[in-house]
Amino acid sequence: MSTSAAFGGETHWLGDVALRGGTVLDAGGSRKADVLVSDGSIVAVGDITDLMSRSAVVLDASGCVVAPGLVDLHTHMREPGYEDAETVQSAARAAALGGYSAVVAMPNTEPPADNASIVSHVRALGERSCVDVYPAGTITLGRAGRALAPMAEMAALGVRIFTDDGSGVQDARLMRRAMEYARALGVTVAEHCEDAAMSAGGHMHEGEWSSRLGIAGQPAEAEELMVMRDLALARMTGARLHLLHLSTAGSLAMVSAARRGGLDVTAEVAPHHFTLTDADVASYDPVFKVHPPLRSATDVAAVKSAVADGTVDAIATDHAPHARHAKEAPFDVAPPGMLGLETALGLALSELGLPVGAVLALMSWQPAAIAGIGATHGGPLKAGRPANLCVIDTEETWVVEPDRTASLSRNNPYKGRRLTGRVRHTVTRGEPVVVGGEAQR
Amino acid sequence: MAERERSLAPPYGGVFVARTTVMDAEDVRRAIWRMAHEIIERNREVSGLVLVALQTGGVWIAEALGRVIGEVSGHDVTIGTLDVAFYRDDIGLRPVLAEAATDMPGELTGSTVVLVDDVLFTGRTIRAALNALGDYGRAKAVQLAVMVDRGHRELPIRPDYVGKNLPTRRDEMVDASPDGVVIGDVVKP
Amino acid sequence: MTGATPAQLEPTPSPSSAPSSSGGSNETDRAPRHFLGVTGSQGGELRDLLRLSDRFGEVNRRPIPKVPALRGKTVVNMFFEDSTRTRLSFDTAARRLSADVVTFSAATSSLNKGESLRDTVETVESLGADAVVVRHSSSGVPWQIASWVKRTSVINAGDGWHEHPTQALLDCYTIARSSPVLAERFGPDSDAFDFEGLKVGIVGDISHSRVARSNVAAMTALGASVTLVGPPTLLPSCLDGWPVEVSNDLDGLIGDLDVCYLLRLQRERTTEALLPTLREYRALYGLSAKRADRLKDGAIVMHPGPANLGVEIDADVTRRPCSVISAQVTNGVSVRMAVLYYFLGSGVDLVN
Repeated sequence: MSTSAAFGGETHWLGDVALRGGTVLDAGGSRKADVLVSDGSIVAVGDITDLMSRSAVVLDASGCVVAPGLVDLHTHMREPGYEDAETVQSAARAAALGGYSAVVAMPNTEPPADNASIVSHVRALGERSCVDVYPAGTITLGRAGRALAPMAEMAALGVRIFTDDGSGVQDARLMRRAMEYARALGVTVAEHCEDAAMSAGGHMHEGEWSSRLGIAGQPAEAEELMVMRDLALARMTGARLHLLHLSTAGSLAMVSAARRGGLDVTAEVAPHHFTLTDADVASYDPVFKVHPPLRSATDVAAVKSAVADGTVDAIATDHAPHARHAKEAPFDVAPPGMLGLETALGLALSELGLPVGAVLALMSWQPAAIAGIGATHGGPLKAGRPANLCVIDTEETWVVEPDRTASLSRNNPYKGRRLTGRVRHTVTRGEPVVVGGEAQR
Repeated sequence: MAERERSLAPPYGGVFVARTTVMDAEDVRRAIWRMAHEIIERNREVSGLVLVALQTGGVWIAEALGRVIGEVSGHDVTIGTLDVAFYRDDIGLRPVLAEAATDMPGELTGSTVVLVDDVLFTGRTIRAALNALGDYGRAKAVQLAVMVDRGHRELPIRPDYVGKNLPTRRDEMVDASPDGVVIGDVVKP
Repeated sequence: MTGATPAQLEPTPSPSSAPSSSGGSNETDRAPRHFLGVTGSQGGELRDLLRLSDRFGEVNRRPIPKVPALRGKTVVNMFFEDSTRTRLSFDTAARRLSADVVTFSAATSSLNKGESLRDTVETVESLGADAVVVRHSSSGVPWQIASWVKRTSVINAGDGWHEHPTQALLDCYTIARSSPVLAERFGPDSDAFDFEGLKVGIVGDISHSRVARSNVAAMTALGASVTLVGPPTLLPSCLDGWPVEVSNDLDGLIGDLDVCYLLRLQRERTTEALLPTLREYRALYGLSAKRADRLKDGAIVMHPGPANLGVEIDADVTRRPCSVISAQVTNGVSVRMAVLYYFLGSGVDLVN
């Protein structure tokens, strides 16, 4: 089955776009080159002077990196069901501003994407938005963890990732069946690793700070027990397993060991798990409440080193908007989640100390491969490829202002943080959707 | 107005620099002796008399007056102390922490109270003290003894016994102690 | 808190800012001052409040135990969690200071997802509250409220498992006034409030206790040595940074204690698999009459109330002379008067 034609790409922006003066950087390396885009595809990379039409939109990329558009494996678009917090349109706009040309939409909507009709609905909303939206489907009906969702029906619509994200599949026997079923469909099972009994009642990482602050904790072991179980089940079933937002040193060590043992498992981490710690909760501001919770400084260091040593395959935002009133509640009442699409690249470039190419691997071509959309997204940048690109000024320093966002929500924990590296332009399906840091629609 | 409280008025901070000594220790001793006799003369029934010292500046004066009255009349005089911080009309407008204990000798109903303070200035401390006394019963009469009356009254209050009437400027400071009474200024560091 | 040691002598105010000109003047421009917690407090700050509590103790012994110190101020009790005792204590304290008291009673359940806590707080502030006394079952709520208000002081009357600062103050005040050990060392009415060398055991459900957290902070700031005693399931899983000793053996410790502080055991702890049975808890950690016999002379027994008689403490022990539980309640009013006065009326923030 085609993995790329099913979503996106049906509608093209007709016209030429010239990206001039930048350094093209993709999985193949970097070179000074202009890029000419026409009718949704890249038509030339190199010297394009003689090929440009007079009507071409020229985007200045001087001093910038021209890269394949970013791919987020983990976006909560909130539609249908929570349109006061976010919609597919608003999340897509935020994604484009963050350099993304594709996002995987998490299925924990209301109703959840546990059947073909919701998947089709989200897909249709995505087609009108300014990035490619790839809906994920749930593993279990209603995310209730009791019965399998009709995975084949959704896979037939092009769904490649199945997850009950927001909670883990608690029943090991059911998870085994899901993996067996998924293997035959050639799709990936993505797990939110959290043993619900271990984490029950917890609202932050269990440790020094939860003890001090008097907030019930979720121990690292709640995540690690399910990582351990799912690695065993993946070994048992031969299914493709992707582990969402890993946050503890122990989880990452297990992934690394499993990988050395030859297991086909991938793992993502979220930017907040390498930039914030449980000490940030001391303000009691629910903007710092997220699942998995912000961990200890030791875990943050482990996440960073796992990102650097290749244990981690992708940086995914876990962009989780919540309406303002929902976060103006007591810490233990407020819902977990924080915004991420517009800050992820800046945080990765500023905080990880990695070369730009390594960051782009984690945010573009590696996640594109995990999502099964490598034919459309993640490069390489060469003639004939779909024109999904972003232009990044790696030197620009900016300060995060939560009120300057395309999201409908404001739960951004990075208020006032100074970041280096910002998206200048984003081109999706050949259309310049972000120009000079401003969304075009 | 007790010096302690005035010391906490804006702009807060600074050092008292003495300029003129207006009474020396001997003058103070004589003034106390005279005031004690005036109190006895006016009240006859020394046994029903209660000296209530305003914390903290009035305490040494009340004790000194009590000693003299006791020696002269042969009766011990009851002495209480009163901190009026909680009764002031400028609460929250300036720092007033109750640091000194109120220690009143029980019910005042039927007693003659002599309020004792060091320096009488705006009269607001005495106003607060009169309110506070009301919470201890209905005194037969309340009189006022001060070492220095420096003027600038803001309320209809006058002393019954005065050590010395001392014309001052509003911005001057007056310090009264057993060693003497001094006029000076506060100099900001 | 610098008000306790003012400069020696100061000039009288200029007419424009003179106290005599009365009225509000600069008062409303000042940022409100909050009393949120005692963690991180210095001993000196706590001692200022304890000494002030002495002053109000005197007021409470007067024939008319009321002063006009907070006349015209409005204190709003915002109790999102039921607590008759603490609410009555704050209520009495505010009335004895002549403040107007408004009680806003809201079960946590009524603030559901559609209604933000912030909206509720802003409504109360716009009614003209000078202070809100906040009790909430969620840790941290007073801190959140303090970040939202513009002119209202926030007083924490207990938040979740986190802090109960006025309880800690009244407990420290009660220790200072009731402990024979301290009375012998400093005299009965000393204002030293120095707990150096005093051995305190806090026994029971530390993990879920705001009283324990605030008392650890306050008692150790005053110099006491604190040991937390309980089964590991009721002790916080991580005690890094806590200035305490930890023990699982009350019998091994009881003979050394100057203060034996028993926490209330919530009965639902047994259903949460934290304890097998209340009977087993009583056997290991309850202050039975027999165990209380092993307290040394001069030791005192405390409890924040209400006590589960027969579980953490026997009824017989509460009636012994060493029990100062009723003094805790009495002192609560004086301490809360001190807190309200200090943060609303003393003007101590004007120094410096």
